[in-house]
Amino acid sequence: MAGFLPKSGAESTGYRGLVGPLLLPTWVMVGVFLVIPVALMAIYSFLTKEFRGGVIWDFTLAAYDQFFFNRGLFGDEPPSIEWTYIAIFWRSVWQAGVATLLCLAVGFPTAWFIATRPAAQRGVWLFLVTVPYWVNLLIRTVSLKFLLRDNGPLNGSLMSLGLIDGPLPLVNTDLAVQLGLFYSYLPFMVLPIYAAVERYNFALSEAAADLYASRWVTLREIVLPVVRPGIVAGCILVFVPSLGAFLAPDLLGGAKTFMIGSLIDEQFKGSQGNWPFGAAVSMILMTLVMIVLILYARAQAKAERRS
Amino acid sequence: MNAPTVDIRNAVKRYGTVTALHGVSLSIADNEFFTLLGPSGCGKTTLLRMIAGFEDVTEGEILLFGKDIARLEPNHRPVNTVFQHYALFPHMSVIDNVAFGLKMKGMALAERRARAGKMLEMVHLSAFADRLPAQLSGGQQQRVALARALAPDPKVLLLDEPLSALDLKLRQAMRVELKQLQEETGITFIFVTHDQEEALTMSDRIAVMSAGHVQQVGSPRDIYEAPVNRFVADFIGETNLVPVTVEAVADGRATVLLPGGHRMSCAADAGIGPGAHHLSVRPERMNLGTTGDLEAVVERVVYLGTDLQLHTHLDGGQPLHVRLQNSARADLPAPGARVALQIEEGAARLLVD
Repeated sequence: MAGFLPKSGAESTGYRGLVGPLLLPTWVMVGVFLVIPVALMAIYSFLTKEFRGGVIWDFTLAAYDQFFFNRGLFGDEPPSIEWTYIAIFWRSVWQAGVATLLCLAVGFPTAWFIATRPAAQRGVWLFLVTVPYWVNLLIRTVSLKFLLRDNGPLNGSLMSLGLIDGPLPLVNTDLAVQLGLFYSYLPFMVLPIYAAVERYNFALSEAAADLYASRWVTLREIVLPVVRPGIVAGCILVFVPSLGAFLAPDLLGGAKTFMIGSLIDEQFKGSQGNWPFGAAVSMILMTLVMIVLILYARAQAKAERRS
Repeated sequence: MNAPTVDIRNAVKRYGTVTALHGVSLSIADNEFFTLLGPSGCGKTTLLRMIAGFEDVTEGEILLFGKDIARLEPNHRPVNTVFQHYALFPHMSVIDNVAFGLKMKGMALAERRARAGKMLEMVHLSAFADRLPAQLSGGQQQRVALARALAPDPKVLLLDEPLSALDLKLRQAMRVELKQLQEETGITFIFVTHDQEEALTMSDRIAVMSAGHVQQVGSPRDIYEAPVNRFVADFIGETNLVPVTVEAVADGRATVLLPGGHRMSCAADAGIGPGAHHLSVRPERMNLGTTGDLEAVVERVVYLGTDLQLHTHLDGGQPLHVRLQNSARADLPAPGARVALQIEEGAARLLVD
């Protein structure tokens, strides 16, 4: 017991020897939950597929080749670019982008509203924002499908109001997937923006108005630039998981709204799966996200150096 | 006489059931350095924010050159504000901060950069034009805020305790600079402070406020030497409030019975009749003598450098402070000694409670 307590004077340097052991849990966590899984995925992406799922330990680039090149049905034609998977990637980026913009459009005013309530009320509002997220994501997504389907309450009430004649085809559309993603990740937008707006000094808005800026100009020139770090954090937190999401596209989208998450999911299911290909798609997705984040971090660091 | 620059007519401010300002009326002339002085919560900042447009006016009018601006949005009022904590835009360089108002007024880029550059020169910050506010010291930020508010050439500059965040030395230097700037630019300054020394050194006129009322408006000398009531006498500078009995009033002069039995004659405002009153005597307006108006027992001698302060009490127990110049006097009374105090001619003021 005594050995764990820092001692006074020169002996307190013994405290430094504890840093290694104290960091051990962190290293174990990073190793077990980050390094090993990613390494496994990287290795698997270079293996040969076994027809009933699983892998054969023969190193090959076949999975990546399948992603980028089309060599015909029997693999003997000259390679041309395979657009199928690139199209799925592009659609995923688009869907995640629209969902992020939806989250921003709703999340910013929500966060602003909460941050401008009296301090005692803010906790209650934040709590209310998070309440739906205590329910399992799968249940929530299925419920959304129920709401949107042809004979569901949304179409039903629109028809009984006489606004539409027949049910709007909402399920199995891009919109349904975007709504699903929006609903899944909205709090990830609200919370960081709330944190930024809560720290915002409203005297800055007064100063802008005092210097002849209208409300709109004040928002554009002062408020948004000052709370930008919160907005960027919110966008990253929504965009990245949306990109790889598979529940919303699976349940709310149709064949035309296939996204990366579903593509990867498929590779690990049943006898049709292709583990090395699934791993390769995951690696490509991760690389894409890393490139975006690194570019952003660079731009940020550059802006900070300049100032 | 010209119409006043700012004319506040019976301005009332209520927050729900709480009244922050009870019908304040003030006329502020062109080129005037006008100070709103009072303790925190007296309504001085509320009044300033009403002139700037950040607070609604519940009742009454605020006229700027004869035109009621009380219902205009702040961005439509030709006044600018120096904020208490400066409120500089943290993401903009110093020069962009100063040029912001000019940009909003639609001035071309080259022209506004030239004018903003000139403003920075005026506050001796030309070398810092491209820095961000966070890279400046408090005093420098204060001067940027001043340059930013002056750049659009406002008719009236509002200053909300702009010196309160600075240290003493800087605050004293800035007082002189601000006063000089006001004289050079000829802009009307409305200055809010709770620091009476600040108010006395810079202002042409002061409005002393308390509890949502204006207690007295006058020059620093008026306010200091002829406070109209107990609040003003007590708030401005240090004073002794001596309980006295007025025996008779005739021709604007009262015969006053002091504690200890001596009598003196002093000026009496209208509204003062025979009975119990307080006499305000500034600590520096009393001298030690062989015989005196008041007799007191010394408790403690406090050395202040330029001055000496005697903490004494009268026979009735009321404390009385006396301030003496620190000359080479040899006959300093020791604690416990009994002293006679003479009140300077005209220095005592009878107060309406």
